[in-house]
Amino acid sequence: MTDASWPLYEVFVRGKRGLNHVHVGSLHAPDDEMALRNARDLYTRRNEGVSIWVVRADAITASSPDEKDPFFAPSGDKVYRHPTFYAIPDDVPHL
Amino acid sequence: MDNAYEALADEGEEKHWAFGTGFTAALTGVDRALPAGVERADLVVYCLMLGDDALIHAQRLAEWCSRAPELEEDVALANIALDLLGQARLLLSRAAEVEDAGRDEDALAYLRDEREFRNVRLVEIDCGPGPGGDFATTIARLLVFSSWRLAVFQRLTASADPVLAAVAAKGIKELAYHRDHAAQWVLRLAGGTDYSRERMIAGLTQVWAYTDELFTTHPVETALGGVAVDPADVRAEVAEVLDTVLSAAELDRPEVTQVAALAGRAGRDGVHTQALGHLLAELQHVARSMPGAVW
Repeated sequence: MTDASWPLYEVFVRGKRGLNHVHVGSLHAPDDEMALRNARDLYTRRNEGVSIWVVRADAITASSPDEKDPFFAPSGDKVYRHPTFYAIPDDVPHL
Repeated sequence: MDNAYEALADEGEEKHWAFGTGFTAALTGVDRALPAGVERADLVVYCLMLGDDALIHAQRLAEWCSRAPELEEDVALANIALDLLGQARLLLSRAAEVEDAGRDEDALAYLRDEREFRNVRLVEIDCGPGPGGDFATTIARLLVFSSWRLAVFQRLTASADPVLAAVAAKGIKELAYHRDHAAQWVLRLAGGTDYSRERMIAGLTQVWAYTDELFTTHPVETALGGVAVDPADVRAEVAEVLDTVLSAAELDRPEVTQVAALAGRAGRDGVHTQALGHLLAELQHVARSMPGAVW
């Protein structure tokens, strides 16, 4: 019963722990405000979130699977970009 | 991170639940003794009135499961129904506890007859998905009911019965969302197409005929001064809320004749429309044909 006139939205929820918004899924809604409410009903029913972002899926520019190699492979062998040569204190979270 | 939901969970939560286990019971630590000077029978009836409103409206909303216009709205209506069912459970449990006659919330929900239900008629009439209404009618009822109940519960938080006060404090957050959901849809249906606007107006007109009963003071509410809320006190406030929504939607307040009470007796006295018997037949069927069944 999908109504073509209702656009697709992507939903991002930030959990109570306070880190990033995380993509949790998508939904259909007639407009932005209802998308936010639908996201509340669909994705935060079990006490997950404290903040929700919704964005129309057609507003997202995504990388294409065809470009996977030129996009991501070049960073695969550049170990010096990771802070692996430092001693990390045990009590530093979320690095 | 392999699982997106891990970032949503609290530190130290039980790992077998994907997320969000930090629930708290609403009425933990509330004094459940009968407040001084309160007539036991009156408090039972008052808890049934508020509890039956929630139970019957929840049942009506649950009828939309799998039949709502969109999947997302299906879940939204079911969520609202579950909020109301939760309120009904707390209130019927309180009624059973105060009554102290060996009945529990299930006995009150499943084993009472139509004449023993104390809900207003507004929540029992068919507003869709049955032949008596449609989505707009359901939204119209939700707007009126949640606006009224929110105003009552806001006052009920100051009740001399700590249990009713706690139930109200929990409920106002839920009801504020229900009212918002209904208002959002009234705006969209009224401002959508000519047809959606026509259906919205028809829906509001249909439910408006049952609104007087919401604001009619029952003798039990008078007797329970300090414990109960006199619904006549919220009439102006609710009218203002509804007028705000209607005016934003560029709709007029319906001018309709109220559906009369029978010799002054209506839902609060157990005098109902024909719709309630059919609703209860469905609600109570399993519990009555298989007494004590569990799964």
